[in-house]
Amino acid sequence: MLNAAGEPQNIVVLGGSSDIGVAIARRLAAPSTKSIVLACRRPDEAPVDGLRRPGLEVQAVSFDAVRVEHHASFVDSLVAAHGDIDVAVVAFGQLGEQSRFGDDPVAAADLVTVNFAGAVSVLLALARVMRRQGHGRIVVLSSVAGERVRPANMVYGATKAGLDGFSLALGDSLVTSGVGVLVVRPGFVRSAMTQGMEAAPFATTPDAVADATVKALRAGRRIVWAPGILRYVFMVLRHLPAPLWRRLPLG
Amino acid sequence: MSPDYAPEVLRGWGLSTMSSARVATVSERDVVDHVKDADERGVLVRGLGRSYGDAAQNGGGRVLRLASSPSDVRLDEAAGTVTVGAGVSLDDLLRVIVPRGFFVPVTPGTRFVTVGGAVAADIHGKNHHLEGSFGNHVRRFSLVLADGSVLECSREQNPDAFWTTIGGMGLTGVIRDVTFGLIRIETSRCRVDTVRCDDFDELIEQMSTGDDDVRYSVAWVDLLSGGARFGRGVLWRGDHARRDDLPVADRADALAYGPRQLVSVPPVVPGPGVVNALSSAVFNELWFRKEPRRREGSIKSIPAYFHPLDAVGSWNRLYGGHGFVQYQFLIPFGRETELRLIVEAIVASRLATPLVVLKRFGVGNDAPLSFPMPGWTLTVDLPAGAATLASLTHALDDIVLDAGGRHYLAKDALLGPDAIRVGYPRLAEWQAVRDRLDPQRNFRSDLARRLGLME
Repeated sequence: MLNAAGEPQNIVVLGGSSDIGVAIARRLAAPSTKSIVLACRRPDEAPVDGLRRPGLEVQAVSFDAVRVEHHASFVDSLVAAHGDIDVAVVAFGQLGEQSRFGDDPVAAADLVTVNFAGAVSVLLALARVMRRQGHGRIVVLSSVAGERVRPANMVYGATKAGLDGFSLALGDSLVTSGVGVLVVRPGFVRSAMTQGMEAAPFATTPDAVADATVKALRAGRRIVWAPGILRYVFMVLRHLPAPLWRRLPLG
Repeated sequence: MSPDYAPEVLRGWGLSTMSSARVATVSERDVVDHVKDADERGVLVRGLGRSYGDAAQNGGGRVLRLASSPSDVRLDEAAGTVTVGAGVSLDDLLRVIVPRGFFVPVTPGTRFVTVGGAVAADIHGKNHHLEGSFGNHVRRFSLVLADGSVLECSREQNPDAFWTTIGGMGLTGVIRDVTFGLIRIETSRCRVDTVRCDDFDELIEQMSTGDDDVRYSVAWVDLLSGGARFGRGVLWRGDHARRDDLPVADRADALAYGPRQLVSVPPVVPGPGVVNALSSAVFNELWFRKEPRRREGSIKSIPAYFHPLDAVGSWNRLYGGHGFVQYQFLIPFGRETELRLIVEAIVASRLATPLVVLKRFGVGNDAPLSFPMPGWTLTVDLPAGAATLASLTHALDDIVLDAGGRHYLAKDALLGPDAIRVGYPRLAEWQAVRDRLDPQRNFRSDLARRLGLME
């Protein structure tokens, strides 16, 4: 479990090749941390070496967000191998190509399956074991794209809107169980996912998101924006009249 | 099996650790029915929740509160012993025994601990240098084992179980009732001598001479001032006042005892709390200045001398939402250089609060997990929300362990399995007896999981 300084013994990153997920694990790892598990579709490509140090076991294991029928047994196997899960980071997700979805609704549905159905399924599996252990923290990577969904990435944005709402409610449902859910809402992050794209205003980095996340985790918060100013930006954007909203040059 | 288990989020007194457990209050008689069929999250007894970290938490498992009746205090005045249920608090006990001319053999800085907790943490007080820890005064206790049987434990009967349970953090079984020796007193007042020391060297020097002539001895250290004031402090030494020490008017009712709570801190303290670098520095200056250079024979009540913080209900909330950790370690005699190094590091960190205690320990006892042994013990409250907390304590941990010292389990909320194995070289011996008493490992706690005490 987390010690008084918020240091975990066991960390699991679902979406273990995600730049932000790995940055959060790196930032959370403390001298008393025993294990970090990076769970992803291609474990041989997970950046385990960058996290290794003496006394800390870092492992990459195979996990597919789409194979929802395996999620519960997958989470159980993590507990069997490492003991209580102190912090789980749900960081997987795909951006997709919005321009393709008009002609390929199946591809859109696949994206929804990964980003939303897969996340809901694994979040419920995590909540179940954490409720049983009486403690634990779940970090969910949402996005400002879900705060008010834009036409330019409406499928991705809608999955994040759904995930964000589900995660907040999941956190509320766990209130007497000793388990907490933190929803992270980053803006544009310069990472592998956004390679080649033009940066939006208030662009940030995986490390900056990780810093804000770990701080919010220690403070026991429910929501964190990265960078923090986006909270106020979206307070305004959320209420913009639709004709104005559509014309905004948000990339 | 009684169905009245309710989920409850439990925290340590430092409010910086938490987990949820299924909690029930059970009588001493019924407790046997609640330990047998524990699942893999186990079962644990919680007293008054005064351990600062996760020692009295059992996430996902069962937590029992023992309903002991304070009216069931059996005082043997001729033998100078008392037998009580383990759930009775020192507060309840003192209200019965002080008017009859007795005092507990060891008291911590609060009277709101249970007798069972006092045994399980093998607590110490200001008289450790002469009279040892609580376990030294325990004559016998009964222990409810994981299979529901009851084991009678003393130095003669089942001595292994006796010493494994003392300091065993509740992980060997349920301590049900305890018989222990008491101190005879003539009055409910204490006679206290005060010495103010201008720096660390003077403080260490004063404490190192003359401790053995006086029953109670403890010092406060200013861990916020540097330079010429580095390590300044105040040393208080005292003993129970004799009847002749009291003013004539007080002698008629020399054993009167009625501790009161003066104020209570409300449940919600704004933001980061009200204990910060500025308020602490101001407090330390006033606290130091209020003491005279040297004063002898001032008369104080038992609550004022032993339990000053108990006058403020829920004082732990003053640190705000993040809570705090009480960092307490021990450094053997002869390693004063390391002690000084640690004090320097804490002063430099600017994290310390005014609540600091320095004390000299005497010889330890036979319990493998008992904390005290000959040396210095320093206790300091540090805010858990401070970003630099972990880096400070990790550095201090290394100095403590390298010097052959260790940390107090009833306070710890930060260590990992390795530190405990270095600090407590007899852990394996403790584990062997513990596993014999509870082979299914029914008794568990968050502390045990964090420190790998079962592995």
